[in-house]
Amino acid sequence: MTMLAPSRFERRGLIEYAALLGLLALVVTSLAATAPAPDKLGSGIARLFAPSGLLTQMVPPDFTRIVPIGWKLLETLQMAVAGSFLGLILALPFAILATDRLSPHPLVRHVARALIALFRTVPDLVWAIVFIIIVGLGPAAGVMAIMIDKIGFAGRFFAEAMEETDPGPQDALRAIGASRLGLIGSAVIPACLPSFIATSLFALEKSVRGSAALGLVGAGGIGVDLKVAFDLFNYDEALAIILMMLALVIAVEQGSGWIRRKLI
Amino acid sequence: MNAPLSPRALASSALAEPVLAVAGLAKDFPGRKVLGGLDFALAPGQATALIGANGSGKSTLLRCLVRLIEPSAGEIRMLGRDVRALPPRLLRRFRAEVGIVWQRHNLVPRLSALSNVIHGVQARMSGPRVWVQSLAPAAVRDEAMECLVRVGLADRALVRVDSLSGGQQQRVAIARMLMQRPAFILADEPDASLDPQTGEEVMSLLLGLVRQEGLSLLVISHRLEHTLRFSDRILGLADGQIALDLATRDANAASLRQFFDHADAA
Repeated sequence: MTMLAPSRFERRGLIEYAALLGLLALVVTSLAATAPAPDKLGSGIARLFAPSGLLTQMVPPDFTRIVPIGWKLLETLQMAVAGSFLGLILALPFAILATDRLSPHPLVRHVARALIALFRTVPDLVWAIVFIIIVGLGPAAGVMAIMIDKIGFAGRFFAEAMEETDPGPQDALRAIGASRLGLIGSAVIPACLPSFIATSLFALEKSVRGSAALGLVGAGGIGVDLKVAFDLFNYDEALAIILMMLALVIAVEQGSGWIRRKLI
Repeated sequence: MNAPLSPRALASSALAEPVLAVAGLAKDFPGRKVLGGLDFALAPGQATALIGANGSGKSTLLRCLVRLIEPSAGEIRMLGRDVRALPPRLLRRFRAEVGIVWQRHNLVPRLSALSNVIHGVQARMSGPRVWVQSLAPAAVRDEAMECLVRVGLADRALVRVDSLSGGQQQRVAIARMLMQRPAFILADEPDASLDPQTGEEVMSLLLGLVRQEGLSLLVISHRLEHTLRFSDRILGLADGQIALDLATRDANAASLRQFFDHADAA
């Protein structure tokens, strides 16, 4: 006897159709309210290539200040490395406290999760302004801003990795009589190490990209040179800075990709 | 395999202080009674097999004995201690004296066999020096190597456990348990996920610890031939009660099958 094949799609209820319609309306109204009009976009792009346009003035890039820009680029990389290092080190205890199975108390877990969410939600430019007030203008404020941003970023991913580990080895060690710290050090961290390394390398890449922008508010790095170049209409120098930043970001991404392939 | 008991075991069983004495042990889960007031005692230096149909409460019983699951009622006296009265800190120390072999070996997959065996010492030592073999003190590494020798895996000490076979992983888990220096071993279907020959080797290894070192063993196994070959006494659990209790020399495959048929019918 031939069995009738089941229907391809599940039958949806009225509420589900209404929710889908609502979502569609949200997308359409958002596009209508904020997306640029196609004709305006077309004429704007054409202006970029006009004889006095931005792109025309940018080319060819001006590398006459390559040495001072190079030093600033190095400072940008150092800010990213220092901020990421401090942020990743501090993200681990935050993540442990935010993990269901490892947190000593539900209240501690909620507070840790709320802090991680706060660090992640507030943009790093805002953190940079806060730290400029605390430690003054310069790269120290940038390092602190990157650190806080990385606690939020890595704290969440570290906690998720620890939640997803197989509970079996932890249960076995608990049955042996291992302490909470023993469980974390011997079972949780070794199991999560590949995920921790991947997250840390992504965090470093994100920091390098982000630290270039922190200079715009005075928190050190190459961002301030870019801002000055635009303010003084030195668009050819601005392009040189952008190209050097691009080279740095690509170098860091390639390097972290290589490390990821080697270690994981 | 039913070799005579070791002199130490005979002497200690004659002294009659049971290694485990359970009275009125009960465990209820919401809407379900799993253990309905069990009473039994085990003599030291013997291998006792615990049998029963799926869902009869064998694993729950094993976990209740060391309070990995809290019993609802009853008394447990193990290794001279009133288990239910132990406060959390003393319970941790007490668990260190009880070696547990799980159906799943529950090793840390990315670490070497030696590091996993060293974890067994966390029963009596703590800190990063007992997290991985590279940080461990020389005495701990030596003892862990001895445990690997006892399970026949000394040559695989630095191999990651996730690249070992199922049987080898179970042996590493047994070596980790030996590292605890336990007086009593609880084994929850240690042969379940292994092929017949490897399962037999693992059961033989556990019985060897009883015969040669005088340890006590309570082992759950679904394989009747293992139950008959590798135990001195058989306890059968059905409907949350001890429904069978006999010396292994008085049992045979037919009588055990009859027990299971009876349990299924009930």
